[in-house]
Amino acid sequence: MALEWFAPSTLIFSATLVAAFSGIPSLLSPPRLAARSQLLSVILMLLASVTGLAGALASLVTRHSTLFQLTWSLPFGPLQLGIDPLSAWFLLPIFGVTGCAALYARAYWHADRHSASVRPLTFFFGIMTAGMAGVVLARDAFSFLFAWEIMALAAYFLVSTEHEKPEVREAGILYMITTHTGTLGLFVLFPLLYLLTGSWLFPSPLTLTASPGLPSALFLAALFAFGLKAGIMPFHIWLPSAHANAPSHVSAAMSGVILKIGIYGLIRTLSFFHGVPLWWGCSVLLLGGVSGVIGVAFAIGQHDLKRLLAYHSIENIGIIFMGVGVALIGQTVGSEPMMLLGMAGALLHVVNHALFKALLFLGAGSVIHGTGTREIDLLGGVGRKLPVTALLFGVGSVAICGLPPLNGFVSELLIYLGLFHGIQADGGGAVAVALATPVLALVGALAVACFVKVYGIVFLGSPRSDHHVAHHEAGWQMLLPMVLLGVGCLAIGIVPGGIAGALQYASRSVLPDVVGQGGLLLSGVVPLMVLTVVSLLLLALMVLLGWWYRRLISSSTGFAPTWGCGYQRPAPRMQYTASSFAEMLIGLFSFALRPKQHRPDKMKGLFPASARFFSHVPEAVLELLYIPVLQELYRRFSGIRRMQSGILQQYVLYSLITLILLLAASYF
Amino acid sequence: MITLADQLLVLVLLINFIALGTGRLIFAIRAVAVQGVILGILPGMIHSFSWHLVGITVVIIIVKGFVIPHLLGRAVRSAEIKREVEPFLGYVPTLLLGAIFTAFAFGFSGSLPMVPEHQNYMFVPASIATLMTGFLVLTTRRKAIFQVIGYLILENGIFIFGLLLAGAMPVMVEAGALLDLLVGTFVMGIVINQISREFSSLDTSLLTSLKEE
Repeated sequence: MALEWFAPSTLIFSATLVAAFSGIPSLLSPPRLAARSQLLSVILMLLASVTGLAGALASLVTRHSTLFQLTWSLPFGPLQLGIDPLSAWFLLPIFGVTGCAALYARAYWHADRHSASVRPLTFFFGIMTAGMAGVVLARDAFSFLFAWEIMALAAYFLVSTEHEKPEVREAGILYMITTHTGTLGLFVLFPLLYLLTGSWLFPSPLTLTASPGLPSALFLAALFAFGLKAGIMPFHIWLPSAHANAPSHVSAAMSGVILKIGIYGLIRTLSFFHGVPLWWGCSVLLLGGVSGVIGVAFAIGQHDLKRLLAYHSIENIGIIFMGVGVALIGQTVGSEPMMLLGMAGALLHVVNHALFKALLFLGAGSVIHGTGTREIDLLGGVGRKLPVTALLFGVGSVAICGLPPLNGFVSELLIYLGLFHGIQADGGGAVAVALATPVLALVGALAVACFVKVYGIVFLGSPRSDHHVAHHEAGWQMLLPMVLLGVGCLAIGIVPGGIAGALQYASRSVLPDVVGQGGLLLSGVVPLMVLTVVSLLLLALMVLLGWWYRRLISSSTGFAPTWGCGYQRPAPRMQYTASSFAEMLIGLFSFALRPKQHRPDKMKGLFPASARFFSHVPEAVLELLYIPVLQELYRRFSGIRRMQSGILQQYVLYSLITLILLLAASYF
Repeated sequence: MITLADQLLVLVLLINFIALGTGRLIFAIRAVAVQGVILGILPGMIHSFSWHLVGITVVIIIVKGFVIPHLLGRAVRSAEIKREVEPFLGYVPTLLLGAIFTAFAFGFSGSLPMVPEHQNYMFVPASIATLMTGFLVLTTRRKAIFQVIGYLILENGIFIFGLLLAGAMPVMVEAGALLDLLVGTFVMGIVINQISREFSSLDTSLLTSLKEE
């Protein structure tokens, strides 16, 4: 009995409940106790985070799966909650990132400075965490939808925290519309599943045959609904504005975790099927590739730090999709290494992206906290005043670019290896995979370009605006979560062997067993030890270089402005701007990005008058595709809108007519 | 006792017609209050005695018979209006519709598959007829206070149906329904105040100006 108190399921469920109620003290406290109750809420969130992480880890290590059934009087059958390897794996980022973000919020959104908005913010943050945990624990359609909606609505309130600003309201409404469109997709998905299985409970893995017809419709519905939540191109339209306008720790949680819930849903749905046709894998791979390349290209063109990071989320979701696509193609062609490497790469990238993207968003929050703006072109030289933030942001940048010795490299390596195995197979799958490999490489290279731009312009050089000079480093409550996330990135990067067991366990749980019991080992296809050695060597090299550089600058004399290049009177305005740095790459991708340039037209003669040049990359998919189409639909359907007259009585009349029709129908 | 209950239900049906046929607000409010009191007595007619039942009866009579009518009366006095001047549909047509719906309700409940012991009661037809009356009031009247009255009648209809379903109603369900009603009335009271302040009238059709183009 005493052991049951520490069973993984007990830990996870109690963590979910504690998270759900963590905001209550802050919500109900009188104004003079606002700061203390915020602290209490943060402590509760941390408690939930530690308990939940312990539960998820214990479940993965002890290979413990449970299923709970609650018979209730709702007409849709029993409620089922369960913990299996896939849920446990996704619980890691859910509890890990939200715990860090909650601690960060204590300093970033302190009750003394934001007395009005801190209550709903703290409350809904806890609710959102519990909602996300609920989604991955749910094992039937209705509890899934309940948790899904709780998560989506709580996130809406979090996005519109600063609702006095019109752009925040706009972002919130766009998010609301898209998330409910996604829910509409779920309303199609679950009845289709019901038609297939005859029950609202989720079927166990690999029990359904992926034949054409219903299963294919189900796959498309899942791709739409979960793709919208995950922010895959072209369903990503809500993502940039929502992430940019939410408070930074909320962006971290949304980008780090909520997007992953979409991935979870897709993987969970796909795990029901065996014998998937080739086009499933190819379409997932294609979506992933498009998202990866176009997402990172959009990111290069952004001038808003958080918007830029948001586009990188689209890119990374693309990489995860590519991993899932590789695993699906592997199922079709019967290649065990492809399945294992693709799925393990996707799942590891889920956790990795949660770690480094949360780190980057929290770092961006520190920059905003210290300078008061998120416009990249107004920043500069932030690294001198915020050295710890700069270092941690650098760690996150290297990780997101997929460079060793950090974690992004490991997951991308797994996907690369999966792709390479795919090329050796034959048939249509090999062609798709062969085309996808350079795409993944292109994504990585563009990401490097983008983060060189961000890091160089924000943290290096000298300040570009007098109003936004960085003045103070963030406090420990903001730095500690970033340090934890950074250590996580480094640990997975250096010792990937440490998590290989759990990763393999989680991946195998959703894959068919081709070669029989036991199957292929992750350590058999990936040289994990070599990775560790190479990472350590690289780290040693970096330390050496750093030491050499220190000696170099201590022996040199005099200071000059960064990138002074021998000019007589260099000014901060002579530095590269975000636009100028990205100009070439934006030009290459202008077919998709549709950048807008506002060129000065009075640059004539020997002494031209002063002029301004600026460019920006709008959300092209939203502005050139969705809005025109929706406006056309709006015009076409003006007749139907007459039904919505605004007269209260008429609405009641609709109910009355429906009631009478239903009663009358019972006669026949 | 059953026959007495049926007679009370006939009274409930007659009160429906009063609510449909009158334009005077105070009169309609009183009629609905009487209807509420009758509904409060009804559970005692069909179920055997228990303190729980007494509690329910007392609370229903107080809330439906006194608290809500009092709140509504105050709203009427503060808004300084006495009657519905021009409903969407006149009083005679509404009364005719009410009669048709009541007949329809009796016809329909005859075709419902019911447990034998409920077969001879008037509960189901009375419930449906009252529900329809509530809908009629809601759809045909302009003034916000009549909207509240329509809502109350609608709820009374649902309550009558509920009398059948549960042999002994759980306290929580009953308390929940009553609380719902009370809160609903409160909210409507606030809405009424806001409407009359904003438009200096209680005509809900003016709310169309809030609609987005």
